[in-house]
Amino acid sequence: MTPRAVLRWTALLGAAAVLAACQTTPKAGPETPATPEAGAASGTAAEGTGAGAVQPVRRPGPVAGAPIPGSVQDFVINISDRVFFDVDQYEVREDAAAILERQAAWLNRYPAVQVRIEGNADERGTREYNIALGSRRANAVRDQLVALGVSPSRISTVSFGKERPIDPGADDEAFRRNRNARTAIIGGAR
Amino acid sequence: MRKTALALVAALLACGGLAATAAPARAEIEVDVNRGDIRPLPLSVPAFGGERGADISRVIAENLGRSGLFAPIDAGARQADVATEPDFAAWKGLGAQALVNGQASLVDGRLQVDFRLWDIPAGQQLLGLQFTSTPENWRRVAHKISDAVYERLTGEKGYFDTRVVFVSETGGRLDRKLRLAVMDQDGANPSYLTDGSEIVLSPRFSASSQEITYMALRPEGSSVYLLNLETGRRESLGQFPGMVFAPRFSPDGAQVAFAVERNGNSDIWVMNLVNRQSRRLTSDPAIDTSPAFSPDGRQIVFNSDRGGSPQLYVMDAAGGGARRISFGQGRYTSPVWSPKGDQIAFTRQGGGQFHIGVMRPDGSDERTLTSSYMDEGPTWAPNGRVILFSRQEAGGEPRLWTVDITGRILNPAPYSGGASDPAWSPLIN
Repeated sequence: MTPRAVLRWTALLGAAAVLAACQTTPKAGPETPATPEAGAASGTAAEGTGAGAVQPVRRPGPVAGAPIPGSVQDFVINISDRVFFDVDQYEVREDAAAILERQAAWLNRYPAVQVRIEGNADERGTREYNIALGSRRANAVRDQLVALGVSPSRISTVSFGKERPIDPGADDEAFRRNRNARTAIIGGAR
Repeated sequence: MRKTALALVAALLACGGLAATAAPARAEIEVDVNRGDIRPLPLSVPAFGGERGADISRVIAENLGRSGLFAPIDAGARQADVATEPDFAAWKGLGAQALVNGQASLVDGRLQVDFRLWDIPAGQQLLGLQFTSTPENWRRVAHKISDAVYERLTGEKGYFDTRVVFVSETGGRLDRKLRLAVMDQDGANPSYLTDGSEIVLSPRFSASSQEITYMALRPEGSSVYLLNLETGRRESLGQFPGMVFAPRFSPDGAQVAFAVERNGNSDIWVMNLVNRQSRRLTSDPAIDTSPAFSPDGRQIVFNSDRGGSPQLYVMDAAGGGARRISFGQGRYTSPVWSPKGDQIAFTRQGGGQFHIGVMRPDGSDERTLTSSYMDEGPTWAPNGRVILFSRQEAGGEPRLWTVDITGRILNPAPYSGGASDPAWSPLIN
């Protein structure tokens, strides 16, 4: 794996972890209310009031969370909705090609889904040239998906040029992240 | 000299809503616009008397001072009665070489402003003009006087009675709100033209200065609009197969050139606004965008990466005959033909910086005027002496700046908000 791919995977795993945290009841952790259980175990409350036997409270069982297959979350978390480009380039890189293969397989599995490919450029170019460059990137992704069996009628394209960055930074890492094409699901997801 | 002054009066008389009368004179002092700020002419504009008088003289002094060609001298409480010859020795003692004095008054509800321009060393009157307008129009009167003084002393047309349309930028980098906005060239009377619900880019004035064209960008696609500033009427140029962007009027206002993208490839198109027929001018697999007409309407300079990197090309306005004109170091984009036709301004990216530069239409005499993290989007003042552009420092928001064509007079424009993509109007009729 290239360092870039590692970064991307780290980001993806991070996103997956956040989602898992949202949907799963943690076994233990800072959010788990500890006081009532601790009080019951010490028996302080029972002795103080002279009440009967303490009922043990069962620890809640684990609940697994995962995106619904065919949903937008499924696509974003499990497939990845963005591919990245080199400076002033619109050729699909090897790491991007692997993601697009997964995108195409997913889109072929859920044929009702409609997507819009949004091309983006970093801020180290002028406005109108970057609109054109973003269009090239969006269309390069579109062409790849079509070649992998996705019907062109399901895909539209747009370019945001440098107007919709995902990283506000002004360094190489930010520029690298802002040179991308996002496959946005606009309809038909479960 | 006499001819010039008379022509000026005729031009001023032709202005709708503003009327002027004058007596011609000869000039002894002159300002050389080609030398930039080497020696700005010391000039004094003491407070005009009467209704709005002090406001008018202040705007005149600010306009002339911002040009970099004049150094306004504070007259303090000193006034100069417009009905009598000034005390030349006293003004000379203050260091002034030119004096603009005036008097405003209300006549039957109309604002009347008499002003005179004096050559202090020669002890002569160079201009004596009277403007009348509605009282709320006092700023335009001040701009007209500024233009008259500028033209009399430099021999070049002024550019103060003009407006600027631009993209106002507010909010953080990730939730930036873009709104079309228009203001006077001195930053006064700013107002929004769109509500920020969509991305708006590339506004450009028509030759009438009452209509603009611009691009709106939504997730569903882009549109090019014509917007009449007086009536607020907005009209789309229609549907195109892909992105449509980078619109500009032809000098006669009868056509709009723009870029159309299809399957990732951008080419230059032109639409006849009378019959709404569109025609494709370039058909190259490279990116072709950012067209700009020559002032005679016969040629178009545009941006293309057909040679491997973005460069500037000039072609016939009917398409064909494209030839590359940029051969310096770096990447060239966003060309704009000067109103006089003698220069093309552009953005150049090189050495990790962005620059505003100018060259002749044949590519010769290239000069770099500015450098920063991000300078882009030049637009010409109608007299071709000043360029307005946007500058953004790393991590900052873009601001408007001006530079004169000598490159020596570089200043922030008198608008303090986030702004980009400026377009300067022609002189207002």
